[in-house]
Amino acid sequence: MRQKKQLMRIVLSAFIFAIAILGSWQGWFRFAVFLLAYIIVGWDIVWRAVRNILRGQIFDENFLMTLATVGAFALGEYPEGVAVMLFYQIGELFQSYAVDKSRRSITGLMDIRPDYANVQKDGQLIKVDPEEVAVGDVIVIKPGERIPLDGFVINGSSSVDTSALTGESVPKQIREKDHVISGCINISGNLTVKVEKEFGESTVAKILDLVENSSSKKAKAENFITKFARYYTPVVVIAAVMLAFIPPLMIEGTTFSIWISRALTFLVISCPCALVISIPLSFFGGIGGASKCGVLVKGSNYLEALANTEIMVFDKTGTLTKGTFAVTQIQNSIGAPEELLEIAALAENYSNHPIALSIRQAYGKPIDHKRISEVEEIAGCGIKVKIDGKIVLVGNDKLMRKEQVLDQASYQKANKIGTIVHIAIDQVYAGYLVIADEVKEDVKETIGQLRSLGLKQLVMLTGDNQEVGQKVAQEIGLDQAYTELLPADKVEKMEDLLQQKSSRGKLAFVGDGINDAPVLARADIGIAMGGLGSDAAIEAADVVIMTDEPSKIPVVMRISKKTLCIVKQNIVFALGVKFIVLILGALGIATMWAAVFADVGVSVIAILNAIRALKVEEMDKVIV
Amino acid sequence: MKKSYKLQDLDCANCAAKMENALNKITGMKQATVSFMMQKMTIEAADEHFEAVLAEALKVIKKVEPDVIVKA
Repeated sequence: MRQKKQLMRIVLSAFIFAIAILGSWQGWFRFAVFLLAYIIVGWDIVWRAVRNILRGQIFDENFLMTLATVGAFALGEYPEGVAVMLFYQIGELFQSYAVDKSRRSITGLMDIRPDYANVQKDGQLIKVDPEEVAVGDVIVIKPGERIPLDGFVINGSSSVDTSALTGESVPKQIREKDHVISGCINISGNLTVKVEKEFGESTVAKILDLVENSSSKKAKAENFITKFARYYTPVVVIAAVMLAFIPPLMIEGTTFSIWISRALTFLVISCPCALVISIPLSFFGGIGGASKCGVLVKGSNYLEALANTEIMVFDKTGTLTKGTFAVTQIQNSIGAPEELLEIAALAENYSNHPIALSIRQAYGKPIDHKRISEVEEIAGCGIKVKIDGKIVLVGNDKLMRKEQVLDQASYQKANKIGTIVHIAIDQVYAGYLVIADEVKEDVKETIGQLRSLGLKQLVMLTGDNQEVGQKVAQEIGLDQAYTELLPADKVEKMEDLLQQKSSRGKLAFVGDGINDAPVLARADIGIAMGGLGSDAAIEAADVVIMTDEPSKIPVVMRISKKTLCIVKQNIVFALGVKFIVLILGALGIATMWAAVFADVGVSVIAILNAIRALKVEEMDKVIV
Repeated sequence: MKKSYKLQDLDCANCAAKMENALNKITGMKQATVSFMMQKMTIEAADEHFEAVLAEALKVIKKVEPDVIVKA
């Protein structure tokens, strides 16, 4: 509404302005027509200037514009006076359009707030505000609706679109007993969900809060500009005053009016608006773009720091590897591999150890309990059990030695990454299974990309043993791996690594946020993976990757670099043009027309440039 | 205590910066941030002073940019 009114005023004033120029009238009438155009377009600026002076606000942009234009009128330069005001208003209008539009597109991106929840009460569904739903309530989510609160499914199955949160376009399959996360959209079937968290504690509320507050942590570039803006205006105004009065007194044969006119051009350029608006806009766009890719950046400062990352430190389990154990190899000395796996699964039937679970999972068939008897767990070694009347040993090499299994040579040769489970039947060595944590598919590619993005050192910290750690590090191409670290050792290693970076460089730590909170906090930038559904990760980290794909790290780094590049372009461009026009203006070469361009034109170009930060499609495509 | 308010009709980025600067000078203010992009202000102050700080903040906003309407 306001923008429309503003546009009407501009059009009307421009029309009268054109008539005034074409009309080539003289004297009072000419003045009156120009004044009419001026008043239509600029009355509010003049009014605000007066009002603000009365409130003790000088050096305000309204005042400077008023002074410059009234000055032009006083010197008889009516067209300049009107033009400056007209262009100034056009620039303001454009700014407000552009900022509105990008604000809307960014907030639209984050439009994951659910409007209502269908609560089941006494067999009926009632639509309520998600904030009114209590823990333990049962809600129903129909196809097409947004999941309003975190909970688990008690009835129904469906596929769920998580793209608004993760950037992941493939829907997730949801079945009974699965947890669902608020903010996702239910696609195909009805889901009946028992609520586990209040709205304020739900994932969606946390993410929204985080994104909305991200612009309050300001980047260095932003702080520099606000500081600069504070001095820039007074300095230019003082320079203008000196320009108006000193040269006419020093130089003979020159008039005040020439120098006052030059001083007025100074005033037109004295607003630092282009910078003050375009830099936060760039960062805001970058953060918005990153969240579109499923990466939450908690502040402009972190987005800025990411571009200068020199050292990146990774946690192993759950970050570079999947964090789940699986049987990766079966090596049989006697019998078929399937038989070996079956025997192992039977032997491990009563154990709850993760390794036992992975063996049973690999076997995947129901187990006949009658075949098993005399189970004896040998702590730290493995299991001795009778299966089909035969004595079976399943465990590590210590167990094999202890039980004096023959054929020592063959089980000692086994040298693989991961945990090796040996099997012997009636004292005869039968073979072994390798159980290992798998490296995530996209890790190798990610490491390569990170190197090309200029990272100098890639390090892994892990509590795992030397052998496994080193092998994983070698396989994916890291520079260093520190193994067998306790949580406290990790922090210590981190301190060492922090010493190794250059003064401007940054160190980033990538973890899963579960038990590495102290390290995440100690790093310059803490990046947590798999943030979706993990409160710990969302809280502890500075950058949260919603999925558990390491390949998002290069994506967000590219967004960071692009944003910073735009910011630098804008600073150089805006300041460059302003200084050039200031100098040319002082020399009398640049007129008020050039000054209007330096002010409004530069703002417009800088804003258009800043909006580029929001466009991240190509950043994501590189990976896919 | 930390609270956020909507700033309606906050039109100029420079004013937002000035406003933030002035807000942070209020005695009792722990931290004030004004986000031009989100059209939002966040102020943080000790619970017992909060009312007074908020009242002062409203005055400061009125002075820097009289057209802005503060909403909870």
